[in-house]
Amino acid sequence: MRADTPSGATADALLELRGVSKTFPNGTVALDGLDLDVGRHELLCMLGPSGCGKSTALRLIAGLGEASAGRLAWPNGGSAGDIGFVFQEPTLMPWATVFDNVHLPLRLQGRGRRRAGEAVREALALVGLDDFAGAYPRELSGGMRMRVSIARALVTRPRLLLMDEPFAAVDEITRHRLNHDLLDLWQGQGWTVVFVTHSVYEAVFLASRVVVMSARPGRIVAGFEIAEPYPRDDAFRLSESYLHYCRQASAALQQAVG
Amino acid sequence: MAAGDRPSRLPRRLERVLRWAMPLGLVLVVLGLWELGVRWHDTPHYILPGPVLVARTLVADWHTLYPSLLVTLRVTFSALAVAVVGGVGLAVLFTLSRWIELSLFPFAVILQVTPIIAIAPLILIYVENTHLALLICAWIVAFFPILSNTTLGLNSADHNLVDLFRLYKASRWQMLRFLRLPSAMPYFLGGLRIAGGLALIGAIVAEFAAGTAGTGSGLAYRILEASYRLNIPRMFAALFLISMAGILIFLALTLLSHLLLRKWHESAVKRDG
Repeated sequence: MRADTPSGATADALLELRGVSKTFPNGTVALDGLDLDVGRHELLCMLGPSGCGKSTALRLIAGLGEASAGRLAWPNGGSAGDIGFVFQEPTLMPWATVFDNVHLPLRLQGRGRRRAGEAVREALALVGLDDFAGAYPRELSGGMRMRVSIARALVTRPRLLLMDEPFAAVDEITRHRLNHDLLDLWQGQGWTVVFVTHSVYEAVFLASRVVVMSARPGRIVAGFEIAEPYPRDDAFRLSESYLHYCRQASAALQQAVG
Repeated sequence: MAAGDRPSRLPRRLERVLRWAMPLGLVLVVLGLWELGVRWHDTPHYILPGPVLVARTLVADWHTLYPSLLVTLRVTFSALAVAVVGGVGLAVLFTLSRWIELSLFPFAVILQVTPIIAIAPLILIYVENTHLALLICAWIVAFFPILSNTTLGLNSADHNLVDLFRLYKASRWQMLRFLRLPSAMPYFLGGLRIAGGLALIGAIVAEFAAGTAGTGSGLAYRILEASYRLNIPRMFAALFLISMAGILIFLALTLLSHLLLRKWHESAVKRDG
């Protein structure tokens, strides 16, 4: 299962990373020769131990930092501008309403309240928060704040959605609901998603493909498709094949930490 | 939370009334004891006047005290206004350029740590216009808390939000307008509350140093004048006006802060239970 070649490379790649390395000024080598293809319309989960450089990889893709070596390419056009990013924390502006928080990316592009109103309401409807446009973040539960954060990432209709352990801080029941909702959205909208997580179960449940990263310095050490049909529901969580994939992913992770 | 969960607590309305009534009652008791003590001992009013005499003096001398109050307040508020504009403006400059911050911050600190009473005579020598000199003195003490708090606030924007703004290619101006200034708001308002009181103190101290006579003189001059004439009741009346002005400034700025932050900031948000 070790993959020295880029795993799961697809002809229809949206994004290619080739030999990407990142060394921080303090000498920490976060990534060392990362090869990764992100295919169009796939839901790719990056699985790895804490501190393996998953977040660093995501930030490089988002253009929030320069790779020390290697290159990042968008073979079919596009750019870092077409990206939505969901952080580990909801990262909302506490002084702004839900509407204004979701409006932010469009406002920064120079689209005022009126011109952006419809797009904002659409994004809020997608995450089921139509009725909370006027609420302030502190009035919402943790799960709802995360939904606002997702709506904000979606409002620009990005080609690529990057999610950095977005559901790590919410309780398990909420996490399951958000997982379901994410799958529904992903299926309905046909986005490409790169989802970083350290949870084997979450990765297998969500992903169309899983890649496993080694401990720091991070490289891709394994990758496999989750060849299970969507929609996936709670029954999938109890199925034999789910367990089989979880075992496979756990073994790969174990080896990666090694 | 159900009311039954906390039977030992006072009903909400009573609690609200008591919050005002208790301190007010205590003040009245202290004033009453003071008046009683003065009458009991037959203390001469040039040593310690009773509160009733002070109140009477306040009414009788209103025609001299009120214009003085206005003079002091004018200096205070002009100084505060200049401090807000200068403090926030400089804080913004600091966040835009590290070099400006490194070069100018020491001067701000020097101004802050040098006691105003020590610089005031110099300023009064160099600046011919007394009103302007007073304003400069009040400004010097009011300026620093606004500058340092606002600088701190501008730099404490959530770093993930900063990344988000960078992701969407926000300009410096957008970053300032939509992220840094709102983040700095609670800090700025905290600084403003301190600065309001300090501006009044600065104005009074400078007036003492100036000790100018004639028209257009503030409350501190009235105090000086009254002390020369051993008119202690008037001294107390002027002192009372200064304290009241300080309290009102503080309350007004607290209210402003509450109104601006009540929707979102932890310090102003009401909690249940």
